[in-house]
Amino acid sequence: MELFTNQVLAGIATGAIYACMALAVVMIFQAIDHLNFAQGEMAMFSTFISWQLMQWGIPYWWAFLITLIISFAGGILIERLLFKPLAKAPILTNVAGFIALFAIVNSVAGLIWDFTIKQYPTPFGSSPFLGSQLISTHQAGMIGVTVLLLIALYLFFQFTRIGLAMRAAASLPESARLVGINTSWMIALGWGMASAIGAIAGILIAPVVFLEPNMMGGVLIYGFAAAVLGGLSSPLGAVVGGFLVGVFENLAGTYIPGVGNELKLPIALALIITVLVVKPAGLLGRPIVKRV
Amino acid sequence: MTAMLNIKDLRAYYGQVQALHGLSFSLNEGSLTTLLGANGAGKTTTLRAICNMVRSTGAIEFEGKSLSGKSTENVVRLGIAHVPQGRGTFTTMTVEENLQLGAITRSDSKNIAGDIERMYGHFPVLKERHTQQAGTLSGGEQQMLAVARALMLRPRLMLLDEPSFGLAPLIVRDLFKILGKINREDKVTILVVEQNAQLALELADQAYVIETGRIVMSGDAKDIATNEDVRKSYLGY
Repeated sequence: MELFTNQVLAGIATGAIYACMALAVVMIFQAIDHLNFAQGEMAMFSTFISWQLMQWGIPYWWAFLITLIISFAGGILIERLLFKPLAKAPILTNVAGFIALFAIVNSVAGLIWDFTIKQYPTPFGSSPFLGSQLISTHQAGMIGVTVLLLIALYLFFQFTRIGLAMRAAASLPESARLVGINTSWMIALGWGMASAIGAIAGILIAPVVFLEPNMMGGVLIYGFAAAVLGGLSSPLGAVVGGFLVGVFENLAGTYIPGVGNELKLPIALALIITVLVVKPAGLLGRPIVKRV
Repeated sequence: MTAMLNIKDLRAYYGQVQALHGLSFSLNEGSLTTLLGANGAGKTTTLRAICNMVRSTGAIEFEGKSLSGKSTENVVRLGIAHVPQGRGTFTTMTVEENLQLGAITRSDSKNIAGDIERMYGHFPVLKERHTQQAGTLSGGEQQMLAVARALMLRPRLMLLDEPSFGLAPLIVRDLFKILGKINREDKVTILVVEQNAQLALELADQAYVIETGRIVMSGDAKDIATNEDVRKSYLGY
């Protein structure tokens, strides 16, 4: 029983990271109808920036904050320079753009910081949380920061005018323009926020997977699985999907004979395919219904 | 009276297809004007051209300012509210959020709550349903919501694209009564595109008839309504 509880709690902790990545993916998907394959690489780059800041002697939380601001601005910059011009381009052109962004960010990170694996600090420590052997303080910190982030995002989208405008722009761009919303900037803002959310995910997971240019590859696949499971049209679904995938991954690795660590990733991919076949809209997504 | 909206030689294109062929007309401040015509005559395109939602050439002036080259959202910010065909309801949001979106560009946020109450006065059914998802409203209620959302901008000019579409005749009458009231009491200039010519002519004081992208007839709504030739050729009743 203790093993089970332990695996569930550890699953919730990594699930929190998948939830962040899924949320970032869904935010951009809602805005421009494309999956950002480079979301993980952007998060990795942000994590390197925070690491670099700490190397220069800036304390953890200041580095965290500065990295979020840089990531937010960077996300907006990428949208303005690369994806705004591609807004009316065919889907394959956009896919090529994302793959190019993936490769460029990955290589540039390798060029600046090289491909050796680096330790990444945690401000929470790694002792047992509240004296319990079930979960470490860093895992508890991952969950705590994610929950705070989710609450902040909920309040932002539900109770601020700019949040309302962003939701409107994502759900019906033409109607949004007709009430005077600058939808183009709302998309850019969505990119900035997605980039900052990714940065949080990267910084939180870095002590676990260690810092290197390919650190987010697996994480992003789990994030995609979470987004597909919850429904690409539903931010809440993405979050729920993230936690479910995290727990599912851990339990499958522990209890299904022969799965172990090596087969965890294929399980995430199998999950994506299963959901797409059985329930394409995902758990909480809306199938597209049009009134005629 | 001065012309609030002046349109000269408007030509609009969907890809290679030209939909408007040099259309000219003007709206007086405070007027309630209807634009009539058959399916495909170019009524919707005219409204979309005013808000720059379709590629067009020609001159469109609103209160002396040229609208050419302005993005849709910047046209709206000048005080032109457009209720599109199909109503453009934000179906996944609540009725109240839809109304707040109508006022999203306004800086006088203190007055917005009061305006929402005024809309509930015009359309009591919206108050009853203010926490419901807008997609759950009936067609008539969604049309009321669309008009209310447009009014939340405190527009100088309101463009309505076939507000009667798909609604029961009694509901259309109610809606048109409210439009007349808004025009008189709130001093909102209104341009309404309609296929239901009879009803639109009862409501409006000015009318234009459009055929294959050109204005073919204009005048007082009363005169156009009683003109036998116009009725037979263009209005079909």
